[in-house]
Amino acid sequence: MKYDRILIRYGEMTTKGRNRNHFVVHLKRNIKRKLKRFPNIKIESMRDRMYILLNGEPHEDIIEQLKTVFGIHSFSLAMKCENDLEQIKATALAAVEQLPHKGKTFKVSAKRADKQFPFSSNELNYEIGSYILRNTDSLTVNVHEPDINVRVEVRKDGTYVTCRDIPGAGGLPVGTSGKAMLMLSGGIDSPVAGYLAMKRGLKIEAVHFFSPPFTSERAKQKVIDLVKKLTKFGGKIKLHIVPFTDIQQEIHKQVPDGYSLISSRRMMLKITDALRQKYNGLAIVTGESLGQVASQTLESMTVINDVTTTPILRPLVSMDKTEIIKIAKDIDTHDISILPYEDCCTIFTPSAPKTKPKKEKVIHYESFIDLTPLVEEAIANTETLVIDEQFATVDEFEQLF
Amino acid sequence: MIYLDNSATTKPFPEVVDSFVTVATKYFGNPSSLHELGMKAEQLLTQSREQIAKSLGVKPSEIIFTSGGTEANNFAIKGVALTYRHRGNHIITTAIEHPSITEPCRQLEELGFDVSYLSVDKTGRVNIDELVKTIRDDTILVSIMHVNNEIGSIQPIEEIGQLLTQYPKILFHVDHVQGIGKVPLQFHKAHIDLCTMSAHKFHGLRGAGILYVRDGVRLSPLLAGGGQEMQRRSGTENVAAIVAMAKALRMSLEKYRERIAYLWDVKKTWIRELQAIPDIQVNTPLEHSAPHIINFSLNGLKSEVFVHELAKQDIFVSTTSACSSKKKAPSKTLLAMGADQKRAESAVRVSLSFENTLEEIPIAIRAMKEAIQKLQEVTR
Repeated sequence: MKYDRILIRYGEMTTKGRNRNHFVVHLKRNIKRKLKRFPNIKIESMRDRMYILLNGEPHEDIIEQLKTVFGIHSFSLAMKCENDLEQIKATALAAVEQLPHKGKTFKVSAKRADKQFPFSSNELNYEIGSYILRNTDSLTVNVHEPDINVRVEVRKDGTYVTCRDIPGAGGLPVGTSGKAMLMLSGGIDSPVAGYLAMKRGLKIEAVHFFSPPFTSERAKQKVIDLVKKLTKFGGKIKLHIVPFTDIQQEIHKQVPDGYSLISSRRMMLKITDALRQKYNGLAIVTGESLGQVASQTLESMTVINDVTTTPILRPLVSMDKTEIIKIAKDIDTHDISILPYEDCCTIFTPSAPKTKPKKEKVIHYESFIDLTPLVEEAIANTETLVIDEQFATVDEFEQLF
Repeated sequence: MIYLDNSATTKPFPEVVDSFVTVATKYFGNPSSLHELGMKAEQLLTQSREQIAKSLGVKPSEIIFTSGGTEANNFAIKGVALTYRHRGNHIITTAIEHPSITEPCRQLEELGFDVSYLSVDKTGRVNIDELVKTIRDDTILVSIMHVNNEIGSIQPIEEIGQLLTQYPKILFHVDHVQGIGKVPLQFHKAHIDLCTMSAHKFHGLRGAGILYVRDGVRLSPLLAGGGQEMQRRSGTENVAAIVAMAKALRMSLEKYRERIAYLWDVKKTWIRELQAIPDIQVNTPLEHSAPHIINFSLNGLKSEVFVHELAKQDIFVSTTSACSSKKKAPSKTLLAMGADQKRAESAVRVSLSFENTLEEIPIAIRAMKEAIQKLQEVTR
């Protein structure tokens, strides 16, 4: 007897009422997409949990994949048998024997959801526990802090045995909260912001500002690589690459040094907002953290934010840099982010940007330039890439491998 | 031509050579250069690393490209010794390793390290009990080859790896140069920390090799410099050979799936035919041996002359391993297995690839019989 299914427990979605199905359907779709490589699996979804029937597919690989799917609170390898005491005992024993159990302690936690079943949960605990004890050598009982907790659930459709809970990624299924545009620079913060946005169920499309020849193809590649890392959590992600050189040069020419940074941030936000409208997003996600740099003081944020009324989500707003770096390392974007190429944030940075800019002043400076056609041109020339986990930029290499 | 010296080197696949030529002419940039050409080269490197990692079932960050098997073995042995010398100075390896393991060990002995060499039995395998007895408190490294290059015996790597999990301070290195593409090895299942592979043994080109370094294992670099290969192996990357290696590995593993059963047929037929020749003693055991190596002795006849005699007929075999054959020494592996001097001195190795066929065997066997006859006339 071997583990034949994986039991998935929902995260926060269980608090949903009549719209819960919406969440379940999304989660099922996301899991299915993630496990595309395993054609034989079957996913059964219910109101309060989901089962993946393995049908011979390798559970180790599937477990690794599931850890990146948002909306899962935890999951466990499970075995199913009929509601028959002898079968339940044998199944529970087999479940324990498949784990490293030599010298470990265990307990049985039986639950009898099906009240028609003739044994109470206490009787079940006793029966199953003593059966396991009799049939193993070095396993002992510890009901307070067991190494292995054998969970037995007797339900109407059968009995499920699980031994180990693996924590899931938490959050809400990607796509259930709608769509937002992520402003992705290539630094450490913005990919983390994107990750956290997806964790709350947002589907994201990334927007990157590209200023050739000041920023190189390598900076672009870096952003593509970052998006590729994020696709691990969010499936396919669109990346919009906006040519920004002309605007930046124009601002550099017309706006005094202290204000040029604020002004270019305003333009970036404006363009992102236009793209958001074009692609039916509802919000904009940024990696801003309060007080981190000049453009992230509350005064600067107010002036920058003034160009739009679209909700701007700043998942990192209250985080310290060290906390952000920790997440970046966990999601594997950190090492890409720290590659030393110039990007849209580092180039044209004035030596002393204003930390308390005035809105009137910015508007005054900007009034000398006609940015509208430049903005329109940038949007029209935006290049859009659809990136997934297998994305390779250069098809010309295909023959080589 | 009948090429039977695939453990010395393999003939590169034509597709692999094509890739090499394309990369060397079209994407010759230095991967560290900032410009377009450098970026293309870097992408090629990244893609090679990802593909190789995937086919080996490991992470891309665990793959370090080297110039070949010898460098990878040196890097593993010396890197561990230098990095972990504060833990102890005892290293365990076997009596039948390739010189690129034993020589670095000898160098380390001169520096004050203590090296134990495990013996092998008649079939060329180490004994786990002996390993357990050899392990000391100050042991920092166990290095054992997967498939022996001279006689093809397979070591119980998984069992050894399992055993070593009880000694968390000991790192486990496996020389997988002869095994890759012929005898499967799951790095995680076998609890391997370091593993050596070389491109030209699986139809890639010389100048590229791999050292797998498990995440979490630190290694003091053998080649310090510009910080390539994640700061662990400096030197401008040999992109063309590395791309070619990625392709060669993919193709070899595909060949394995298609043709492994056939290769076994070929080997068994070889052994049967060789055993039927009265003056030949087959040294390779059928149990626990690789599908592509057959070693036999010529009953005291000079194996070198035998090799030349066959080469006249366009049939290429080797005396012992290619790396030792110039030294005219008796086969180290055979001596370690307890063979007498005469038998160890007259050893010949036939090593196959998936390109070899059953049809070649009668032709080669006839040539061998003639060569033996000729040699016997001369020596008498």
